[in-house]
Amino acid sequence: MGEENRKIAFICSKGNLDMAYPALVMGWAALGNGINVTIFFTFWGLDIINKARQDRLQLAPVANTSMKMSMMGLPTGNLGIPNLMGIVPGMTAFTSWFMKKKIEEVGAPPVDEYIQMLVDGGAQLFACKMTVDMMGLSMDNFVEGVQDIVTAGDFMDMTEGAQIVFI
Amino acid sequence: MTTKEFAGATMEVNEEGFLVDPQMWNKDIAVAIAKEEGIDELTEDHWKVIEFCRQSATDNGAAPTLRQITSGTGITTKELFKLYPKGPAKKVAKISGLGKPEGCV
Repeated sequence: MGEENRKIAFICSKGNLDMAYPALVMGWAALGNGINVTIFFTFWGLDIINKARQDRLQLAPVANTSMKMSMMGLPTGNLGIPNLMGIVPGMTAFTSWFMKKKIEEVGAPPVDEYIQMLVDGGAQLFACKMTVDMMGLSMDNFVEGVQDIVTAGDFMDMTEGAQIVFI
Repeated sequence: MTTKEFAGATMEVNEEGFLVDPQMWNKDIAVAIAKEEGIDELTEDHWKVIEFCRQSATDNGAAPTLRQITSGTGITTKELFKLYPKGPAKKVAKISGLGKPEGCV
């Protein structure tokens, strides 16, 4: 069982709904396989652990070339959501709602519950000091389970020997 | 295919040590695999998880994921990771005589 000494670290730098999930899914899979997990939230990635933002992560259709109308069951082949439509008020709310529905359909929990599962499973979560200072945040802004606000250097020290995934 | 002896019975196992045929499983084998996985004693809560997994695999044809186990048994994530430390997804499935869970959550 070589995995018992394996360490993996994720750097979450994006706060879009679709960019929150990769670390959550892979981190959870790693814990399930007995791999030590550390997650470092930086820049917009801090939204994933920010109490006020966590449930409000969104997915904008504008400039998202992968978002095809066929995802909604329309027989439109490779036609994307026209960018011009993406600027209509309510479109971002709509695509976010739609993606959340898709995520729920495969049995994956919402972001807050996922983070809680990771914490309960032993993942270590940290917030980036530079971003925290830049945005005027503090530990009070973060959900329970976030261990500390650390510098990039601290992160390097604590992930020695780990496989690092940047998202 | 390799074979391995558990509780006096010779079993076919795959390269990761999972039983090939879930039908060959019994409680003595579970105890033997658990010992090998570092769990010396299977408590009532351990069995609750194992029985749920066996039932779920019979109903759905695959070992349940961790989230299905916690929502199906009422055992919390924290407790589950305490019962089966260091990799509950694989450990639970292996001790239950099933294949690896087919699902990500």
